Amino acid sequence: MSVLSLIEVSEGKIKKASYEAAYYASKVAESLGTDAVAVVLGTSSSDELSNLGNYGIKKVLHANDARFDTFDSRAHTKAIADAANASGAAVVVLSFGPNGKLLGPRLSVRLKAGYVPGANELPAFTGNDLHVTRNVFSGKAKASYLTSTEKKIIAVSPNSLSPVKVAGTATVEAFASSVTDADFTTVTKSVDKVVGQVPLTEADIVVSAGRGLKGPENWGMIEELARDLGAATACSRPVSDVDWRPHHEHVGQTGITIKPNLYIAIGISGAIQHLAGVNQSKVIVVINTDPEAPFFKAADYGIVGDAFQVVPALIAEVKKFKSAVH
Amino acid sequence: MKILVPISKVPDTTSKIAFTDNNTKFSTDNVQFIMNPTDEWYALTRALELKEKIGGEVVAINVGLAENEQIIRKALAIGADSAVRVDLDPTDAYQVAVEIAEHAKSGGYDIIITGKETIDYNSYEVGGMIAEALGWNAVALVSKLEVEGTKALATRDIEGGTETLEVHLPVVICATKDLAAARIPNMKGIMSARTKPLAVVAPSGAAKLTSIASYTLPEKEKQVKMISPDNVGELVRLLHEEAKVI
Repeated sequence: MSVLSLIEVSEGKIKKASYEAAYYASKVAESLGTDAVAVVLGTSSSDELSNLGNYGIKKVLHANDARFDTFDSRAHTKAIADAANASGAAVVVLSFGPNGKLLGPRLSVRLKAGYVPGANELPAFTGNDLHVTRNVFSGKAKASYLTSTEKKIIAVSPNSLSPVKVAGTATVEAFASSVTDADFTTVTKSVDKVVGQVPLTEADIVVSAGRGLKGPENWGMIEELARDLGAATACSRPVSDVDWRPHHEHVGQTGITIKPNLYIAIGISGAIQHLAGVNQSKVIVVINTDPEAPFFKAADYGIVGDAFQVVPALIAEVKKFKSAVH
Repeated sequence: MKILVPISKVPDTTSKIAFTDNNTKFSTDNVQFIMNPTDEWYALTRALELKEKIGGEVVAINVGLAENEQIIRKALAIGADSAVRVDLDPTDAYQVAVEIAEHAKSGGYDIIITGKETIDYNSYEVGGMIAEALGWNAVALVSKLEVEGTKALATRDIEGGTETLEVHLPVVICATKDLAAARIPNMKGIMSARTKPLAVVAPSGAAKLTSIASYTLPEKEKQVKMISPDNVGELVRLLHEEAKVI
């Protein structure tokens, strides 16, 4: 028996969210009294992968095969299922990210395994039953999921756990799956990455602004605050609808769902559709001129004030804080 | 080009979330149900745009009881040519996916387009499950979709950007924001929806893989700590010392 975690690599490097999946798998393995194993599909180095030992992984099954560098959900699923069978995995853990959102459901069908998408906490076991909690209704409630299938799959919601590093080196073994050339049918045509900025979905801190900013020309101070905090920038729907900001910055029910450690909302009233995309953030700061703005009800810290005075003052204070720390 | 669009029924965003039966069931009292917004705005609309461009047929499918026919008729009013309802009150996503895959197996479809996660369970499951049950390729979080002959070009979200993948048909596409511009049904659509075919089929009866043992609501509303706009330094101090997030 083992607990298998899927570790995703991009240009050879382990993705941030995958460290969390590795740590989560090691904690599950600990509670089951077994070892945590990782499977890695695609080009990477043993030096990079043996670091997974710091997250509690004992052994890495590495398919060092460039064909996996293009994401083909069908081929990847087949290979991961092979690894799950080869390692006798009782539980498969992956990250609830862009790839995991297809791989989790596909593995569920392929392995006839109960699947819990976007778990927020570690699971509990009673006999063959696995219980694990996840947010539902856009974070307005939690549901305790139960599955009793022989194998189980959990996709961990990003930023759910803070991994604690341990001393250790993982053994890296070559892994050959049953995937053949015929399984790879996807071709990457182009990749368009936002450069020089923290990706929104991976950011620990997000600075977001809305209609209260009055016009796109006023975003300079938002970007400056974000730079000083090492944060990503985001915006509300009305702002992206009128093209003040690019669409990929729109957070909310119909945009992107994020859950950073810190979300700073400036000039956003906090409509329920916006909250649905951000209310799983750990700490929320709201800056708004209107003391009745609904967002204050969901906030941890609030400032009633004019963004054009508060934000420059905040930038100055953050600069002062950063220079004192470093 | 034959396109299948699975649609879900969900509580309206503004619904009050409450539970009954010792917190094991979602309370439907005073809840207004709607078509899952991303199924309607992105999946169904892109299917109709593709049909208008290259010809073909769009079929909407829902797994649910007769009460769901209201949202199925809305899909027909927006422009779907016909609809199928699998007569089952599903208890998990796996059951939904198996029923849709069973229908799709013999349906001669080229593309299945699902919405983003539903706004109630936010679980992002059905698209991937249908694809695996059919042995089809799939692309999720798709914001752009073009079809050229037997191939599709799908632009999907990745960490920190997007990438465009070329895949062979048949394929499952899970939509996200911007895939299409939402449409409002017009009077002609609403009138014709009444007479468009809506087939009711019996479920194949797959067993569920998961269940929800119980629900919990947040204990109380957060207590917001207000800070004076003249003392912004205090916010930085609290974020560092109390919240420990900077």
